[in-house]
Amino acid sequence: MTSHPVPSLEVSGLAYAYPDGTQALFGVDLTIGRGERVALLGPNGAGKTTLVMHLNGILAAGHGSVRVAGLDVRADTMKEIRRRVGLVFQDPDDQLFMPTVREDVAFGPANLGMRGAELDSRVRDALERVGMLDAIDRPPHHLSFGQRRRVAVATVLAMEPEILVLDEPSSNLDPAARRELAEILRKLDVTVLMVTHDLPYALELCERSLILSAGVIAADAPTRDLLSDADLLSAHRLELPYGFAVPAV
Amino acid sequence: MSAGHHHQLYRPGDTVVHRLPPQCKLLAAAGFAVAVVATPRESFWAFAAYAVMLAAVAAAGRVPPGFVLRRMVIEVPFVLFAVAIPIIGLGERVEVLGVSLSVEGLWAGWNILAKATLGVVASILLAATTEPRMMLLGAQRLRLPQLLVQIAMFMLRYMDVIMDEMRRMRVARESRGFVARDVRQIPVLAKSAGALFIRSYERGERVHLAMLSRGYTGEMPIIRDMSASLRQWGAAGLLPGLAAATAVLSWSLT
Repeated sequence: MTSHPVPSLEVSGLAYAYPDGTQALFGVDLTIGRGERVALLGPNGAGKTTLVMHLNGILAAGHGSVRVAGLDVRADTMKEIRRRVGLVFQDPDDQLFMPTVREDVAFGPANLGMRGAELDSRVRDALERVGMLDAIDRPPHHLSFGQRRRVAVATVLAMEPEILVLDEPSSNLDPAARRELAEILRKLDVTVLMVTHDLPYALELCERSLILSAGVIAADAPTRDLLSDADLLSAHRLELPYGFAVPAV
Repeated sequence: MSAGHHHQLYRPGDTVVHRLPPQCKLLAAAGFAVAVVATPRESFWAFAAYAVMLAAVAAAGRVPPGFVLRRMVIEVPFVLFAVAIPIIGLGERVEVLGVSLSVEGLWAGWNILAKATLGVVASILLAATTEPRMMLLGAQRLRLPQLLVQIAMFMLRYMDVIMDEMRRMRVARESRGFVARDVRQIPVLAKSAGALFIRSYERGERVHLAMLSRGYTGEMPIIRDMSASLRQWGAAGLLPGLAAATAVLSWSLT
């Protein structure tokens, strides 16, 4: 990856109201530089999912703009935007819809027109990066939950995205699977935006965190500083788990 | 991978029949069924010939007779229907073992039974030697409407997920003391079915989003090489070819 002055993700003044009139985002501004790993924290209902849906154009901005590596999210750039933004959904059963792992990981690059040996090596490479190459010919529903989540990450890695967006990556994982996923994510050399309310996980993986609360970015600081500020956390319905303290450096 | 992981209709193997591309097998089975249906019901010898052809396919695909017989249970409703026709049929009657049967009904019953059995056995052999998803890829290759193929593909993929959800709902009902004893419990079950429908519908929406996110534009990309050689088409054409010849011969002899 080359050092590039253009940030991976730029969101400015993004506002959105659902068709029923519920306003979910009230002007979100954020910038994520290339190669950064950033956590997006926020209580349920803060608009996290709504924001994520804007990043690859599933929802169209009511106001403001989203740019991915300098490219505006618009109807005519959608195909390229969806290649650049790799969205990993919370439930891997929603993400893995093909009969075998191989076909599922190939789905994205094949939609980009890739075929044959090139496609095959892309699929193998993506599975290798998440340590799931052995499962290449297995049906997704025969894998464990943690394995499915890793394959779900591979399905978007295969598109060589500019930025990987993970929605609650640690949810429903047992402690070992949670750690394994963290190790994999740490090794990837892509920009990561991790949407979560698992604060220790954010601390473990992300230098920097944003707090999205009531449809605006309420804080943007090093994760360690945010998590040490009990008043800030409680103002936005965030809490560290019982017995957890931010470890000293 | 354990045997339990395979679909129960499929019998894994690596025979000549297993290796044929699915689109060839699909067309072969359909062609065979058409030839069988087009055969006059009086040509007993022709039906015997069809049975021999299927036996040859089963032998080539190493599908044991017991496997086929067990799966033929699906035909039972048709058999019952076929057995009933001679009894309730009209017209000229004959005595068989003290029972008065309609001659026309006997012919009709035989006709249904023989043709349905041959068709069912051909389908069982097709399913036993072709993985379900390969069957769908074959159908896609044969230009069946994309939408139908995709719906079937998703059904295949999400069957287990939905069954699992159904099982969890049943456990949740029973954990709170629910027992389905008689019709009075139907409303509860109906509501569960409704909830399951809504959950599946919502899952469908989420899956669609996931597909859009990875560049889906309405068509499933075919990523594997599904082309069939002339030799393979020739091999697969053997069954419907022989069957068609038999059907033509049976018409010219009547």
